[in-house]
Amino acid sequence: MNLSWLMPESVSTFGPALDNLYYVILWITGIVFVVTEVILVYFMIKYRHKEGRKAEYIEGSSKAEWIWTSATAVIVIAIAFYSKGIWDEIRHPDMFPENAYELNVTARQYEWNASYAGPDGVLGTADDILSRNQVHIPVNEPVIVNLESEDVIHSFFLPEFRVKHDAVPGAVWPIWFEATQTGEFPLACAELCGLGHYRMGGTLIVHSREDFDNWLSEMQMEAEDGE
Amino acid sequence: MSNHIGEGHSEGHHDQGFIKTYIFSTDHKMIAKQFLITSLVFLAIGGILAAMIRWQLGFPGQPLPFNLGAILPDSMAPGGIILPEFYNSLVTMHATFMVFFALMPLMAGVFGNLLIPLQIGADDMAFPRINMLSFWITPVAGAIMLASFFVEGGAAGAGWTSYAPLSTSGEWTGVYMGQILWLVSLIILGFSSITGALNYVTTVIAMRAPGMTWFRIPLATWSLFITAWLLLLAIPILTGGLILLLFDQTIGTAFFRPEGSGEPLMWQHIFWFFGHPEVYILILPAMGFVSEVIANRSRKPVFGYHSMVVAIVAIAFLGWIVWGHHMFQSGMNPFLGMSFMATTVVIAVPSAIKTFNWMGTLWKGDIHFDTPLLHAVSFVALFVIGGLSGIFLASAPVDIYLHDTYFIVAHLHYVLVGGSLFGIFSGITFWFPKMFGRMMNEGLGKIHWVISFIAYNLAFFPMHNLGVQGMMRRIYDPNQYEFLQSLQSTNTFISKSVFVFAAAQIIFAVNFFWSMKKGKKAGDNPWDSNGLEWACPSPPPHGNFAEVPVVHRGPYEYSHPDREEDFWPQDEPIDLGNNAPSANPENEYGE
Repeated sequence: MNLSWLMPESVSTFGPALDNLYYVILWITGIVFVVTEVILVYFMIKYRHKEGRKAEYIEGSSKAEWIWTSATAVIVIAIAFYSKGIWDEIRHPDMFPENAYELNVTARQYEWNASYAGPDGVLGTADDILSRNQVHIPVNEPVIVNLESEDVIHSFFLPEFRVKHDAVPGAVWPIWFEATQTGEFPLACAELCGLGHYRMGGTLIVHSREDFDNWLSEMQMEAEDGE
Repeated sequence: MSNHIGEGHSEGHHDQGFIKTYIFSTDHKMIAKQFLITSLVFLAIGGILAAMIRWQLGFPGQPLPFNLGAILPDSMAPGGIILPEFYNSLVTMHATFMVFFALMPLMAGVFGNLLIPLQIGADDMAFPRINMLSFWITPVAGAIMLASFFVEGGAAGAGWTSYAPLSTSGEWTGVYMGQILWLVSLIILGFSSITGALNYVTTVIAMRAPGMTWFRIPLATWSLFITAWLLLLAIPILTGGLILLLFDQTIGTAFFRPEGSGEPLMWQHIFWFFGHPEVYILILPAMGFVSEVIANRSRKPVFGYHSMVVAIVAIAFLGWIVWGHHMFQSGMNPFLGMSFMATTVVIAVPSAIKTFNWMGTLWKGDIHFDTPLLHAVSFVALFVIGGLSGIFLASAPVDIYLHDTYFIVAHLHYVLVGGSLFGIFSGITFWFPKMFGRMMNEGLGKIHWVISFIAYNLAFFPMHNLGVQGMMRRIYDPNQYEFLQSLQSTNTFISKSVFVFAAAQIIFAVNFFWSMKKGKKAGDNPWDSNGLEWACPSPPPHGNFAEVPVVHRGPYEYSHPDREEDFWPQDEPIDLGNNAPSANPENEYGE
């Protein structure tokens, strides 16, 4: 049984920051959890009914209320502000990297279709290169994925990259990330999208720039041969 | 089933025939019992659906045990092996039955009806016949929902959240009629909640006994009153959304379909604008029951009664401005992320106030470990976990990873089972004697509690870990993904624990029906409690109180230093020899 609270290894540039935030929250909530439950059990034992015991008539304490209200407020608002920094880094439109490699991913029941700019260097034209259920990207370069859906809502989930975003029909949502390692990584659908939802998986393949260019030209040649 | 309920209090229902007493009753206590039996049946149905989900996840692709496959048609489980489309229906209908047909009626229907008039000293609800209507809508809606399993294409399979456009057309799910019946059933059911809530709000405002000032109202009624406001304001929003979705499905409108310039995200906004207050509809009443039980069983006043009331109101208010946290990854404007993150984490504050006040109530108490208290303290212990796991999900960046994984499944079940359901067990075991005039069996009650508590945690705690490892929710077979294959042993363990948890509920059912007939006779006030509900007979006759009670003090005057006895009923007249009544009745209560 895998009962780990550790996040799987991350392979995107913002992964470590997001994981740090997770561990900070894990520590804070973990301590609150242990302290609260221990006190609760201690009270259960210490103040259990015994012959002749009478409860103390205590109606409350405004001092105590102020302490735990403000302590809780300070902690959670601090978490919110810490979170905001990382949220902005990942999602703020102004923080989207310039000169990122851009590709489209269009979801449909139950597959992921990626398209890349063809020889004309422009995405969304007739000479685009296509790949199904495999998304290829170069390593150590920011990548922008324009997410779309042809039918229902799907969710583009790359666990190791800490990337998840819905692909919504009728709209294009750009997201960005940058891979720090080459290799093959799972791509999953995280939004219920019909009976084949559970098998709407794919692979994200991270190449070195050289390999990526080679792959692109191979695909171009294949496409040309096809014509 | 009404035969079981009626015994022992027929003398109260003078000159009322069988049908008026047991079926078309306008008596709030009988309506509460009708809601209780109906919603426990739906709870059992929801539980069976959950067990089937867990069978598939624990033992994927294996035929259902005990030859259950023979009962199910081939369109659901040929040869006993659950089909992916049936699995989606199971997930959808489990949540639908649990949320709308089990927890909501258990909270508002049962306890709203039972407790509100009794605790405020009223003879019945403000509108008894509307109250009867409110109950009778429920079985009708439930029958439609159940029938949807047996129409062509099966029951709705787009999730209980029914995200558009998946839910807008059978083209996407293969479910046509089932989805329409789902919508129709919930539209009808909404009227039950609205009429019920209207009654609760009016009754609390208009029918309080003399001396029952706002800050002498017991916390159970306070939380039910605030819940009724949430129902009254939230359910019409859902109903409106459901009607629009029904139009999209049946007459070709495009409110939520992108073809024809509809907006899929609009559905999510409507749904969660209802859906988040709904979460508090499902938990606030339980908080009220737990406050009553903890104060009573530790023989102490509720610690910080006023801040408990303020916290209930604050949670209900904040509940309206946090819905966007369900939509961080949906394509909602990322600027809204920060606003919704801020409002969401702030809800932790009133939740913490309540938790610390429950602990403060236990502190220096004289704690009696009866079954209601065990469930109430379990509620506190488990609500802490559900609340803390909520902080992970409230943090929008962490939610990127955890959204739609088993972490959220763990979180919501810690709130709605660990919280709401244990709160309901606490409430049922505490007020059972008032409903039926008999005590529940304490031994069976404790066995039920201990197995439930342990099995519950073994089942749901590891789901956090599944989520952290990246396992998505609502997937028929996680083994499709290589990176999830190592989690199979955890899933199998969880499933076995769920089966133990489910089996323990049989003990509760046996205890419930056995005690109704054979339980030890309860007096008017078996728990030495202060509330007005304990000032009338168990069960109370039609009209409840022989004469209108007069309230002299708050509900939690336990172990008062001036008194021999460790309780002080709200309606006990003031002994003029010792304590002259104060001019302002508000001042009698603390502060």
